[in-house]
Amino acid sequence: MRFRLTEDQQALRTWVRRLLERRWDAGALRAAAAGPARLDRELWRELGAAGLFALRLPETEGGAGLGLPEAVLVFEETGRALLPGPLLATHLAAGTVPGAATGRTVVAGVDGPLVEWLDAADAVLGDPTGAVPLRSADPLTPLHRVPGAAGGGTAEPVAVLLTAAEQLGTAARACEMAVQHARAREQFGRPIGAFQAVKHLCADMLVRAETARAAVYAAAVTAAPADVAAARLLADEAALRGTRDCLQVHGGMGFTWEAEVHLHLKRAWVRARRGGGGAVAEEALAADLLSGP
Amino acid sequence: MDLSDTPEEEEFRARLREWLAKVLPTLPARPSPDDWPGRRAYDLGWQRTLHDAGYADVHWGASPTTRLIFLEETERAGAPYVGANFVGLLHAGPTIAAEGTPAQRARWLPHILRGDEVWCQGFSEPDAGSDLAALRTRAWRDGDDYVVSGSKIWTSHAEVADWCELLVRTDPRAPRHRGITWLAMPMDADGVTVRPLRTLAGSAEFAEVFLDEVRVPAANRVGEENDGWRVTLVTLSFERGTAFVGEVVACRRVLGELARAARDNGRWDDPVLRRRIGRLAAEFRALWRLTQWNVSEAEASGGVPGAGGSVFKLRYSHARQELYDTAADVLGPDGLDLDRPWVLDRLSSLSYTIAAGTSQIQRDIVAERVLGLPKGR
Ligand SMILES: Cc1cc2nc3c(=O)[nH]c(=O)nc-3n(C[C@H](O)[C@H](O)[C@H](O)COP(=O)(O)OP(=O)(O)OC[C@H]3O[C@@H](n4cnc5c(N)ncnc54)[C@H](O)[C@@H]3O)c2cc1C
Repeated sequence: MRFRLTEDQQALRTWVRRLLERRWDAGALRAAAAGPARLDRELWRELGAAGLFALRLPETEGGAGLGLPEAVLVFEETGRALLPGPLLATHLAAGTVPGAATGRTVVAGVDGPLVEWLDAADAVLGDPTGAVPLRSADPLTPLHRVPGAAGGGTAEPVAVLLTAAEQLGTAARACEMAVQHARAREQFGRPIGAFQAVKHLCADMLVRAETARAAVYAAAVTAAPADVAAARLLADEAALRGTRDCLQVHGGMGFTWEAEVHLHLKRAWVRARRGGGGAVAEEALAADLLSGP
Repeated sequence: MDLSDTPEEEEFRARLREWLAKVLPTLPARPSPDDWPGRRAYDLGWQRTLHDAGYADVHWGASPTTRLIFLEETERAGAPYVGANFVGLLHAGPTIAAEGTPAQRARWLPHILRGDEVWCQGFSEPDAGSDLAALRTRAWRDGDDYVVSGSKIWTSHAEVADWCELLVRTDPRAPRHRGITWLAMPMDADGVTVRPLRTLAGSAEFAEVFLDEVRVPAANRVGEENDGWRVTLVTLSFERGTAFVGEVVACRRVLGELARAARDNGRWDDPVLRRRIGRLAAEFRALWRLTQWNVSEAEASGGVPGAGGSVFKLRYSHARQELYDTAADVLGPDGLDLDRPWVLDRLSSLSYTIAAGTSQIQRDIVAERVLGLPKGR
């Protein structure tokens, strides 16, 4: 057992982080949040050219021939960077929907009663008949509601796991932002990070993120349904509570539109609804406990 | 990332499994929880069995991964836990191995490994718990001996211990962390009085230890005089390292038993309870993965457990309490019956967020040492 990132995996993570820092920085994020959500097709094609969608396709089909662990690392980074767009659906469509692998075709997916980015998509996985737009709580993720669709959603393991990876990225980023702020912001003549109440919020954020990380990476290695369900629950918790605590550490500044904390929180809410939400995972794990001898 | 065994690990696991299957059926019955002399004899007997089969030094002689496999397999097979040997094997032994002189290593280590001698930990005092450096038990030099007076509290297994890893103040004028010394004190020395304390679980698991001019040979000092705080940090890093690994495996087993019990008594039909159990399954799966991650990291960085131990301890101690609280809900009214399984475990789980550093102190450690936030409370 060597449960650590290989050098290649570390290099991949660094490379994706750099790419996103260059193409999707704080300024781009703010500009996007200022107006109505719009998919940047040029960026989408660049991501396609960089291989983000074709990552798991065999090399014979023009992919990178990499596996779930690598996909998880990439999705963790896109989660961290708060990259908008139907990344998951397009990634899942690579190899089946022409043009998805290269980013030329933008693909949306129906997930239970919700569809992300329907209007921007060239192709849709699932049946969006009758979909009506709703005023999305996440300014960077347009949403449609599909009337009459079952609430369960598709708990397709790869989709659930990659969503968990994005949540993990958000959780790690939220912890980092909180720590940065806690070191810099002074009240009562000292950095607020010296106060135990703030310190403990940050410590708990890290504990949740690191526990989620172990669960998500392990699920990427085993691909076992119970591991994926566990990863999902831990990563949702780390992202939902982490972004909320991050907002708390930022105080009034956290409640302003200018601070990016709320964007992370809202995206975490959107992802937590995918695949039927945590209830599906909890029931699956409970059933798994009784499935043995 | 690789979660599978290497060929050597696989071989070690298979050999250990085979040996456990052979030896476990021959073990005597477990003594009752209140029979301390019986528990001592039982735990030492198990240590001797391990020793004779060549597994004695797995806690500090072997690689972290080997140790992980050992703990996983022994727990899975239902083998005895370290029990009364906890302090000797998991922190006094490693500390002496790291900081002791050749003579000290020769004097104590073989006995710990062979299971002849039990150790206890005399760190905490009535006025020095979380603030351990406030300890006041005094020791002064008299010829070849230190003379020790003061008192310790919450000393686990003190009643049945042969030796105590004792922290004393040797220089009351030095800054708090500077005047402390680490001594190995024989528990049968004149002037040592052990008064058992009843825990909230009803048993006498720990004790008060009164020290009245106890003579401890200066040769029993590990590390330099007044350098005991540094030695203590070595001890504490071992204490928080992988000490709980076997327990995570045990908790996963308990959770399976709990699910079956709920199915049998009809509580499984309650979706709220069922989902809570599902969430706990996720929790303990993740804690097991975190352990594997920490062990792989420790191995890559030379075997010393890092602050990852605090991250794990924080999460695990609360998860364990949630597990047994859930057990009580599965049991319903029987959850108040001390003769039922899990009810005593529920009581003892209450200590997990206190012993070996409270959750508040662990959070300080994580925030300051891992996240680099400024010191100050
Ligand atoms: C089952 C059990 C076995 C034990 N075995 C041993 C043993 O074998 N040997 C030994 O030496 N000791 C042992 N201990 C003692 C244990 O290490 C101490 O209880 C522990 O370190 C806490 O110290 P305290 O009890 O004095 O609590 P206190 O330090 O008085 O703390 C009380 C409360 O105040 C909080 N608190 C204290 N300081 C701070 C702070 N700076 N910031 C925020 N909150 C704070 C704590 O978190 C806690 O909630 C054992 C304890 C238990 C429960």
